[in-house]
Amino acid sequence: MLKTFPRGGIHPSENKLTAHEGIKLLAVPESIVIPVSQHLGAPAEIAVNKGDYVKTGQLIAKANGRISSNIHSSVSGMVSKIDHITDISGCRQTAVFITVKGDEWLETIDRSDLIIRDIKLSSAEIRNRCFDSGVVGMGGAAFPSHVKLTVPEGKKCDVLLINGVECEPYLTSDHRLMVERGEQVLTGVSILMKALDTNKAMIGIENNKADAIAILERLSQSFKGITVHPLKVKYPQGAEKQLIKALINREVPSGHLPIDVGTVVQNVATAYAVYEAVQKNKPLFERVVTITGKSVAKPGNYMVRIGTPTSKLIEAAGGIPEDTGKIVNGGPMMGKALNNFDAPIMKGTSGIILIPGTEAGRLPVKACIRCAKCVTACGNSLEPFLLMTLSEKGLFDRLGNERINDCMECGSCSFVCPACRPVLDYIRLGKAEVKRMQNERASK
Amino acid sequence: MSSTFLITIVSLSILALVSSVILYFVAQKFKVFEDPRIDEIQAVLPSANCGGCGFAGCRNFAEALVSAETLEGLICPVGGNMVMSQAAGILGKVAPVVDPQVAVLLCNGAPEYRPRTSTYDGASDCRIVNNLYIGETDCSYGCMGYGDCVRSCTFHAIFIDDNTRLPIIIDEKCTSCGACVKACPRHLIELRKRAKKEKKIYVACSNCDKGGPARRACKVACTGCSKCLNVCEFDAIVIENNLAYIDARKCTFCRKCVTECPTDAIWKSIFLRENLKKNYVMKP
Repeated sequence: MLKTFPRGGIHPSENKLTAHEGIKLLAVPESIVIPVSQHLGAPAEIAVNKGDYVKTGQLIAKANGRISSNIHSSVSGMVSKIDHITDISGCRQTAVFITVKGDEWLETIDRSDLIIRDIKLSSAEIRNRCFDSGVVGMGGAAFPSHVKLTVPEGKKCDVLLINGVECEPYLTSDHRLMVERGEQVLTGVSILMKALDTNKAMIGIENNKADAIAILERLSQSFKGITVHPLKVKYPQGAEKQLIKALINREVPSGHLPIDVGTVVQNVATAYAVYEAVQKNKPLFERVVTITGKSVAKPGNYMVRIGTPTSKLIEAAGGIPEDTGKIVNGGPMMGKALNNFDAPIMKGTSGIILIPGTEAGRLPVKACIRCAKCVTACGNSLEPFLLMTLSEKGLFDRLGNERINDCMECGSCSFVCPACRPVLDYIRLGKAEVKRMQNERASK
Repeated sequence: MSSTFLITIVSLSILALVSSVILYFVAQKFKVFEDPRIDEIQAVLPSANCGGCGFAGCRNFAEALVSAETLEGLICPVGGNMVMSQAAGILGKVAPVVDPQVAVLLCNGAPEYRPRTSTYDGASDCRIVNNLYIGETDCSYGCMGYGDCVRSCTFHAIFIDDNTRLPIIIDEKCTSCGACVKACPRHLIELRKRAKKEKKIYVACSNCDKGGPARRACKVACTGCSKCLNVCEFDAIVIENNLAYIDARKCTFCRKCVTECPTDAIWKSIFLRENLKKNYVMKP
């Protein structure tokens, strides 16, 4: 009997079209745009000027505050300007524009293919290296990793959980990383274990990735303390609280962090980034991105430099098919539709999905029929229909008591709704309003 | 038989008498004094319960008026000066005289001026769109047209025009209660001084971008070019954040700025005969 989380969850069609496409290198474009806010927290402070020559891997923006992250150049070339760009949602953001000249990496980066397995650094040094290299959570939220690796005083992490679930349909970037760079990922996991001072790590992988499970199980025998656990396929298993429940059967209380129940969750792609940062001294400036879609000519997984325009990646996959209705940045469940083709690939971009027009549109909204399917689907035991109604009527005071902040916006409720109601849209609105109200109260 | 009737009537009468005496003393004991003027003022107030005065409803506002020392700052925008002077008469105080106001929309981005660059098919709610992304056009300041202001208006003074997909405020129905001002997530509705014959001159744009991006997003955007500022003889125009603003208290409706504006961002209405004919049709 395979493990999974007990409450809620849905089964969207998997559509993992690119599961057997190897990771290819995407050619470096002529110019690149690197936004300074690619992570959760304060935007980084720009440390270069117009006209400067930067090398690949050079720091171009410094972390600003505790929850922030360094940003490095992903190419070598001239800083042509520092200006605003429109990001995926069409909003303005400060970014560094670099015109590419050759590909000259910093000398300190180890570019050899040799896999280094013994870890020389201490726990604090690993954290510093992660901070210096700008490593963030690669699962999508882009939370700065050094913050997550700092265990608060009085708390102890007894088991590290590694998220290789990739429960979002279509996406295969983590899958390919586990298959092709398994040893590096596992070394990264050992580094994370050392940073957290724990001797046990569990990698959760959904059962639809049999090759990844087989490879990691074989490799993990030579790593101390790391075990691989196949999980039942169910969305949203990749969510932190659901994965903790599935793997070690602990419940994270409302309003608490995983470290409160003695665990930390990291993504496999983050483990890989940590490996590169610690063992190869390579800052986070490229990542695996899945480009896929049912009508896409050449779907695949690409190693993309951060800051590459999305349009370049789409070009590499054979251009935009005629029937495209929506281009989604991220997974189809939680991703955001793209408003701007030239928006750059960022640290948290795990996939670009070109969805045909026939599947992209929403169906007409009908009245709620009280079937409670959304309640059954919710992995966090919330009542989505109630949250939606309260938010729609503007009763934000009550929303806080209904634990709206526990919602992780996985979209299961909207997915199952037979009346096609925009449940998550209103919950997001309610969350934003409740957060705003709480901030206002806190500042008073 | 008759004795049964008699006993019933007598016993019930005694019971009624005793309880009425008890109730009388209880009522005396727990009597709450209420100023009779509150009822009088409430009768004068419009009873719209719109909340435009900042209180929960007309009754609440009447209580506030009675307990207030001066009437400074207490205004019923719906009733205006007339209602306020009546209320002040009841209280024997002087009501401050305020300019009547009317709501105007600071955006003129109809689809022909402001092309749609994306399609949104989610929940039809301005707040959601505003939280989610820039909106269907490239202007991050402009009206999204999902009608939060329409739903907020208790006086049915706003409707969405089918052609322009912008809300239109009916001046005669607008009571300047300010509900739409609060409802608009992009703060596009302003309460301006109501002029004679509903004359209006204002900058129908809220775009704070520089000229280039503003014009690319919308043909009728204010670019902050200062032409109106230079032509205005009454010092009524200020430019801040690449956006012109016309002070309604200083404007004399000379219309020089309207002809000067290169992007037709300045909106004038109820001046020309054709404007009067085309009731509630946006400026061509």
